[in-house]
Order: sequence, then C-alpha cells, then structure tokens
Amino acid sequence: MPQFPLPLDLPVPTSSFGDLLEAVGATPRWEVSAEAARNLSVPEGTTVLAVRYAGGVVIAGDRQATEGHLVAHRFIQKVFPTDRFSAVAVAGAAGIATEMVRLFQVELEHYEKLEGRRLSLDGKATYLARLVRGQLPMALQGLVVVPLFAGYDELDATGRLYSYDVVGGRYEEEDFASTGSGSRLAKSFMRTAFEPDMTPEAAMDLAVKALVAAAQEDTATGGPDLRRNILPTIFRIDSGGITEVADEEIRPVAERALEVIR
Amino acid sequence: MSMPFYVAPEQLVRDKAEFARKGIARGRSIIALEYSSGLLLMAENPSRSLRKIAEVYDRIAFAGVGRYNEYDTLRKAGVRQADLMGYLYSREDVNAMALATAFAQTLGSIFSHELKPYEVEILIAELGLEGEDNKLYRISYDGTLSDERHFAAIGGKAEDLVAALEELWSEGLSLEQALEVGREAFRRAEERESEGWEVVVLDAANGRRTFRRLDESELTASE
Repeated sequence: MPQFPLPLDLPVPTSSFGDLLEAVGATPRWEVSAEAARNLSVPEGTTVLAVRYAGGVVIAGDRQATEGHLVAHRFIQKVFPTDRFSAVAVAGAAGIATEMVRLFQVELEHYEKLEGRRLSLDGKATYLARLVRGQLPMALQGLVVVPLFAGYDELDATGRLYSYDVVGGRYEEEDFASTGSGSRLAKSFMRTAFEPDMTPEAAMDLAVKALVAAAQEDTATGGPDLRRNILPTIFRIDSGGITEVADEEIRPVAERALEVIR
Repeated sequence: MSMPFYVAPEQLVRDKAEFARKGIARGRSIIALEYSSGLLLMAENPSRSLRKIAEVYDRIAFAGVGRYNEYDTLRKAGVRQADLMGYLYSREDVNAMALATAFAQTLGSIFSHELKPYEVEILIAELGLEGEDNKLYRISYDGTLSDERHFAAIGGKAEDLVAALEELWSEGLSLEQALEVGREAFRRAEERESEGWEVVVLDAANGRRTFRRLDESELTASE
C-alpha cells in the first residue's frame, strides 16, 4: 500500500480519536512497576462535586492539589468543559487526570467533526468509562483517577450526572455526586440540604457550601481562600450550553458559605 | 503471453486529467469570500445531509467538490491529521498551510500512482488571527496547490465565479452583503436560481471554534 502524507489508509474503522492514537502508536502510557510506584509521589486533586437543578446541572471543584502532606498547587483547575453541553471534574493523580481530560475533550470534538453531530450524553459518559478502565493497571499501583461527568442531555432536555469508580464502573446519579478525598463530607452535607428542582443560584450555593464543609474536615481539600482570592471553579450547564461562573459571582456566595458553616 | 499496449506517459497523464476534470465539472461549485469579520463559504447544495463544507479545526474549514465519497475520505483524513497534531503539540500548531500541503501531496501521489485519479477539487480556508491575513488554498485533482487572496472558487464553474467575484467583491463587506455578493456571483455564473444553499462562516465571534453553519432562517432573513 502506498503511504500518503495524510492518514488515508490507517486502520481506524471508527470515528474515535482514541482508536486513531492507538493506530499511530501514540496512546499515552504510564508504565510503572508496583515496586517503583510505592515511592512515587505525585500531586493529587481533592474534592469535586456536581448538583442537579431544574433544567441543568452545576459542577464545581476546589483548587488545591496535595502531595502527601504538602500542598502541591493552590490554584489548580479540576473542572473542565468538554464540549458545548458537558464538563468533567477529576480527583486523583493530577498528571494522569489532566491527560485523561485532554484526550476526552479531543475525542468528543473529533467525533463531532467526523460524524457531523455530537455524541449523546450517554455515549460520552460511556466513553469516559472506557478511559477510566484503561487506567486500571495504574490505579492498582496507587495512581488512581476518578472523574465525575455532568452535562445537559439534548434529547431529554434535562441535566444529568454520572459518577465512576476506579474499575470504570459508571453510575448515573439522581441528585448530586462527589468524588475525591473530601467527597464523603461533601455528600453528607448535600444529602441534608439538597432539594429537587432548585434554581441554578440555589444549586451553586449548595455546591460552594458543600465544598466549604468538606474543607473544614478534610485537610487536603482547599476551601475558598478570600485573602488570596482563591475561589472554586464552577460551571453551569443547561439548554443554552456551558458557562463558567465568574469569580465576581462566586465571591459573595463563598463569603456567605464561610460565615454559615463553622 | 500478451504484450500490453504502449501508452506514452504524456498521453496517460492527459487522459487521467481529462477524466478527473470531467468528473469535477459535473459537480456544483463552491465559493469562499472574506467579509469584515470573517470568511464566508457558500455551496449550492440541495441536500440537507450530505455536506460539502465541513469543520477541520478551530479556524480551518474544508470544502470539496466532485465525488462525495472521495472528498469525504480526504476530509476525514484532514480532520484526523489536524486533531493528531493539535493533541500531540498544541492547538496553535495546526495551520492551513501544512494541511493544504498534505492534501496536495496526497492528491498528487494518488494522481500519479493510482489507476483512477480522484475526481475532486478542494478548498482549505483559514481565518487569520487578529491582524493577520485569511488564507485560502485551492487544491486540484492532480495536487496542484494555489493560494488565493480575498476570494476563491472551486468546481466546474470556478472561472466564471471568480470573474463575477472580481467585479462584485470589495473590502469590508458585512455578512449580509457578502451573502448577497455570493448569491449574485452564482446567479451570473450558473445563469439560473439555486436549488438550496449550504452556508458556513468562520468568524472569531463564535469563540475558539470559529466554524458555524448558517441555518435556513438566517439565510431567508437576509434575502
């Protein structure tokens, strides 16, 4: 077969970017033995969460990454928009997680361009599960990545959210979801305060409060730091698409949350 | 054993070229032109699902005339190449020049090595960054690459369309004016009314992904 400058005759039967990377041999790989992994210390992202409201979903995360007992980064981003109607938030080994997100972002756009339409929200969630499953060998070595996926379902006209486990299990959540070191605390806070069909503002308020509550008890989670102007990352997704909530809008909410939660 | 007939290489190339040209001439043409804040691509296309113009990357669009399966194969290869480069390096490292060259080399080698050349003509349009020029590249069935300024046309009626655009186009058109210029150019070149439009803009106002299809309502509103 003649080789063309363009990938005309690559064995890629699908419209998947992951399969294309596989075909050209460029799939990102981390190969670490169990022995070596024991002494490996990498930055880890902590608490992220998502809340459903009437007609959409809010997804948020704190800004801290820790390495053992130390703070590795104070201003890291853990929530990423993945296309016009979805976002992913990650907890765990930050380096692996950001690469997973990048791959996922390109995958969604690649499919959309090749096929001329977006994947369904369910299809996106399934593909993310495949990415998580691909990391299982690394998870067994202690380099765990667990994402959270939220988006607006254009077919059902509703916000939906999915949580995952290390082996790539995918679970659709009804009301709220959280992952990361402070997730238990955040979840128990949200369980008491959640109400169905909230307004977007109420959902954002709940998300910030849950992050503050998690940061109170979990040292790895970085709550809002008003002195340094470190505020959580928050995205809102509804029928109009995804929008990042501006710091000016988050700041008063964070101030109130810090007053209320002791 | 039978001896194959000798065919002079000149003859072979001529025959292939004529074959490809005939195929392309049957298809409907596409134009691209600049307007004040972006690039407009217009194709006469009665189909609502088989597209001639497509998104390749943040600021790059692809348009093809001729055989659908052939230019669609090329389009997909272009998207794959662009996404690979953007993923391996950075989004800024994907540019139309490199893609156009790759399309030209691919079409060139298909033309000389394969029995049947591709019956396609391709246009690669790139929206320039703030303060930079837009780029328009035309690639023909044999891999000939040419670089156009302000406007370009591909397909059987390309020459007539360019002649019309030379008269009609001017700097600083609004989108509505550019649409009208496009319609008028087709009217003059084809000497009949269109059976349906496929219209795309590359406009920085659309965010990172500058590509946007204009829908029916936007087209009729400006008529």
